[in-house]
Amino acid sequence: MISSPSFLPTMRDDFERRDPDFIRQFLPLFWLIASFWFRADVRGLEKIPPTGPVLLVGNHSGGNMTPDTAAFVVAFSAYFGAERPFYQLAHSLVLAMPALWWLRPFGTVVASPANADKALRKGAALLVYPGGDYEVHRPTWESATVDFDGRKGFLRIAHRDRVPIVPVVSIGGQETALFLSRGQQLAKWLRLDRLFRLKVLPISLALPWGLNIGDMLGHLPLPAKITIQVLDPIDLRARFGSKPDWKVAYRDIVGQMQRTLTRLQAERRLPILG
Amino acid sequence: MRVVVYTRIDAPRQRVWDYIVDPDRHIEFMEGMTRWEAEGARRTGLGARFAMRMRVGSAELGGLIEIVEFDPPCDMAWTSITGVDHRGRWRLRPGDGECTEVELRVTYYAPGGIMGSIADLVAWPIVRGHLQRSLQALKRGVETRPHTRSARFGGKQRRSTGGREKKRAQATVREVVRRG
Repeated sequence: MISSPSFLPTMRDDFERRDPDFIRQFLPLFWLIASFWFRADVRGLEKIPPTGPVLLVGNHSGGNMTPDTAAFVVAFSAYFGAERPFYQLAHSLVLAMPALWWLRPFGTVVASPANADKALRKGAALLVYPGGDYEVHRPTWESATVDFDGRKGFLRIAHRDRVPIVPVVSIGGQETALFLSRGQQLAKWLRLDRLFRLKVLPISLALPWGLNIGDMLGHLPLPAKITIQVLDPIDLRARFGSKPDWKVAYRDIVGQMQRTLTRLQAERRLPILG
Repeated sequence: MRVVVYTRIDAPRQRVWDYIVDPDRHIEFMEGMTRWEAEGARRTGLGARFAMRMRVGSAELGGLIEIVEFDPPCDMAWTSITGVDHRGRWRLRPGDGECTEVELRVTYYAPGGIMGSIADLVAWPIVRGHLQRSLQALKRGVETRPHTRSARFGGKQRRSTGGREKKRAQATVREVVRRG
């Protein structure tokens, strides 16, 4: 068990820092970026239950800039209104960056099972990316692969809190730079897992840096078309029983997401242009 | 930002009015609209509320709206309760002979200072395009579909109106918008 260094945000909740008025003020800016830089196409929002808690489970792309998250948050907030409680879990290091102060008013909280439970018990929609830093820095040529690194915590949370899982599948984020390697070995040598809970030190070719190691300062994402497909809700207890075999449930849900991602990839004619 | 589009429909005003106020029809002819559902028991008239969404750019914008003016068969206006701040109005006026002059006005405002103003400006051609095509669809629908109760309230409806009517409707809307 690795404990968080003291300078990282704690697991204490930041739920009260979410601010619907702030979201409303900033939505136009993010809408402009999502609509005209990333030409985002978000489909199937009507499948998300209109009220009550729901666990939105996404595949993660785009390095530390994560355009898929921005496009989805804009679409969700516009569709359901900024009033609907909506939180996103993020790595504590992301929330430690001063330049990303605006994430908290948008409803981003430190990723932890306790915070996930708390959000869902408040009746909120919660967006999680089980693949996290591992998946978001996968090489560009694995763009059409869902890779949660075997992390099944999201299943246990949804089962325990009796909330539906809604898979959110996106493509395009991994084309916003040329991601070359996760740099897992490098991260291990530098003991980043112990210092920052980081299992990767990604290496990419990205604007404006050229060779970009770590992506700590972010990068200027290329205007790749982002397509997001929301799938039908899954009731874990109805589908897998009260004592599910986690491996079976994981394979089933990730398999469903992978099939959707493969279909979205087949729709794309050219990289970046979509 | 304010968007105003017009068309002239070769049908009596009451018939156009019946078509517009039927919530089942609304989602059929309103271009870009992804949702139009009555909220609560009232499905039409003053005070009726609807959950509406229209695809603009990457998002489906809208929210809860309420009918705040209902003057058959002349005017129907709505205002937003939640979601994107906007107002809208249908104005139906008698034209020559059996014609009806139809005007659809929508005024919207995005918060966020300069960015909101830029977003308003950028969204304008998209919204105008949706509204123009909506009037074309309305014109086609009213002029070519039989005006029967079964057709108005969920009866089987004609899907295709034919290319000639479509082109005629587009030409009329273009001409009237140019004049407006």
